[in-house]
Amino acid sequence: MSALLPAVAPALPLHEAGKYVAGAYIVFLVLIVVYVAIMAAKLQRIERELGELASFAEQGKGEPARAVEKSSVGGGS
Amino acid sequence: MYGKGLRPLSIATVAMLAVSLSLVFFYAPLEADQGFIQKIFYLHVPLAITALIGFIVGGVFAIAHLRSGNRKWDAYSYVSIHMSVIFGVAVLVTGSIWAKASWGHWWVWDEPTLVSFLIVFLLYATYYPFRYAIEDPERQARYASVFAVTAGAFVPLNFLAVRMAQSLVHPRVFATANGGLPGSMLLTFLACLAAIALLWVTLVKFELTAKSASGQVKRLRRALDAPAPGAASRIAPEVG
Repeated sequence: MSALLPAVAPALPLHEAGKYVAGAYIVFLVLIVVYVAIMAAKLQRIERELGELASFAEQGKGEPARAVEKSSVGGGS
Repeated sequence: MYGKGLRPLSIATVAMLAVSLSLVFFYAPLEADQGFIQKIFYLHVPLAITALIGFIVGGVFAIAHLRSGNRKWDAYSYVSIHMSVIFGVAVLVTGSIWAKASWGHWWVWDEPTLVSFLIVFLLYATYYPFRYAIEDPERQARYASVFAVTAGAFVPLNFLAVRMAQSLVHPRVFATANGGLPGSMLLTFLACLAAIALLWVTLVKFELTAKSASGQVKRLRRALDAPAPGAASRIAPEVG
């Protein structure tokens, strides 16, 4: 097969070669875009989780303060 | 920690890609034999070289992990191999397009360069099921490192196959007795190689940064003892 390759591999005219070259570069671009989109989705998930954790931490911080507030109010009555 | 310098690196990568694409389409001359189709060479070969070197880099990180026991090196090794597999997909697809345009076939089984790359790619494709078949994280990291070192040893065979291949279908990029590239083509090729290598480094850093952030969120969740919103992803090692 390899010996036959030069015989079956003439230079394609530009209008025909163009679609193959464009195809190769577009495939590369699409792969990169898909990868970046997946990473963006992951980062969005991380951001959402961080938001949940932040509100969880704020609640945890707020609860003892409210408990102290309640006990001091109760103690005063 | 991993995100440091990511922005200038990304800008440099985009700039380098723009420069190299300009060189490919506006500076490099048309090749006498293949004409315009040869432009695929400037994408396909740098991708292949970067992917293969990435596999070797993954093996080197795996050695560092086995020597030190530090999980950070395992994460580096995993991400290097992961990125090289993605680049490997691009190599196979662009190579097939080039083969179809040049030879009239999507794949040629008696071309050692193609088949040896496919073997290396398929070998690394088994890395994921191999890795995630092991539950214990310590064992998983250790076995994956052993795999990365062993598979990394196969990669130079691919370079050797290109050099030893009898047919001259794939051009010898760096000067040999029978060929080499003319100056303008060599410059364009080296610019493309630098751009693709930079892209690989940027994406590896990007992935490591994301994994590090994800790992820190998990640690924070454990520290706060907060309930997880869903099942934890086991697709990648945690990076501290």
